Amino acid sequence: MKYIKALPLVLLAIMVVVNAESDKFASHAAEVNGMAVTEAWARERPANAMMGGAFLTLKNSEGETDRLVAASSPVADKVEIHNSVMKEGVMSMMHMEELVIEPGETVMLKPGGFHIMLMGLKKPLTKGSEFPLTLTFARAGAITVPVHVKDAGNMGMHKHE
Amino acid sequence: MNKMFAKLIAFFLLVSAVVIGLWFAGGLPGFGQDKGKSSSVLVGAPQIGGPFSLVNHKGERVTDEDYKGKLLLIFFGFANCPDVCPTEMQTISLAIEELGDQAGEVVPIFITVDPARDTPEAMADFVAAFHPSLVGLTGSEEEISDVKKKYRVYGQKQEGGDPDYYLVDHTSFTYLMGRDGELITVFSFGVPAEEIAAKIREQL
Repeated sequence: MKYIKALPLVLLAIMVVVNAESDKFASHAAEVNGMAVTEAWARERPANAMMGGAFLTLKNSEGETDRLVAASSPVADKVEIHNSVMKEGVMSMMHMEELVIEPGETVMLKPGGFHIMLMGLKKPLTKGSEFPLTLTFARAGAITVPVHVKDAGNMGMHKHE
Repeated sequence: MNKMFAKLIAFFLLVSAVVIGLWFAGGLPGFGQDKGKSSSVLVGAPQIGGPFSLVNHKGERVTDEDYKGKLLLIFFGFANCPDVCPTEMQTISLAIEELGDQAGEVVPIFITVDPARDTPEAMADFVAAFHPSLVGLTGSEEEISDVKKKYRVYGQKQEGGDPDYYLVDHTSFTYLMGRDGELITVFSFGVPAEEIAAKIREQL
């Protein structure tokens, strides 16, 4: 009981530590109805860039198949689900109507594959900033997640962070 | 039974040998193949490279002559490309870093396949995000289609999409060109930076 006086100090110390580590703890993640959206990030884009890409991980922990059917963000006119497809050395980005996430499955949207396409950027994506992205799932509904803007050539691997 | 098995293996080996032989003789594309320093042209392999006159990201007119004596690492893409181009530019930047003191022998070049949108200013913004030695090249539609032809690059605006935010399908190879503008090798998308750097080092 004699340590109770120190409690506020301890709490303060914990808060300081958590803040200092905020990048680790910062929730570039959200979970709704068993659909978790984690590690949402985008690449820095200059002021005149019209398009940008966002990447994230989806985990469906429900026993039912879900589908990502739409996306939107205040930073872009239009947001679509795309897949980079390589065919005979030619890279194409294909617009996808939906992305299926099977029960228990984790789907990674990462460079060179699936990505969220931000079309008609209304402002530059500056490194270190954040913007909200809303993903709409057929089953889980709408999930809004903060997207962390990293450097232009980031590959989304932890060693570059 | 064993004899039968041995015969079967022998048969498969023979078939494999024939297939491999045919593959080498005819079907091999030039891509990814080391043509070395000789100017000899592989049968059936496209000749890649040639003179160009384009505008760099500082707005200056440059030609292949300006880069004679340097190795060139050339990638074709477009500044609005959010996925593949930044990824490859990052790989190229890492390869240049990997070369250390010898980096000055190589000029990394990003040539746009989307000259309508990629003004020198747009190119400047794009290349600035990667490596200080990276050069962005643009030009008129004719100049770009000429250089694309010479490098056998496919680059085509996607039809049917949103006309304001169109995407461009494009070849995703990185070309390593020698000091006299000859093709040394072609790297496919996804080849690690270390491998590119090692190949460049062979030429130094």
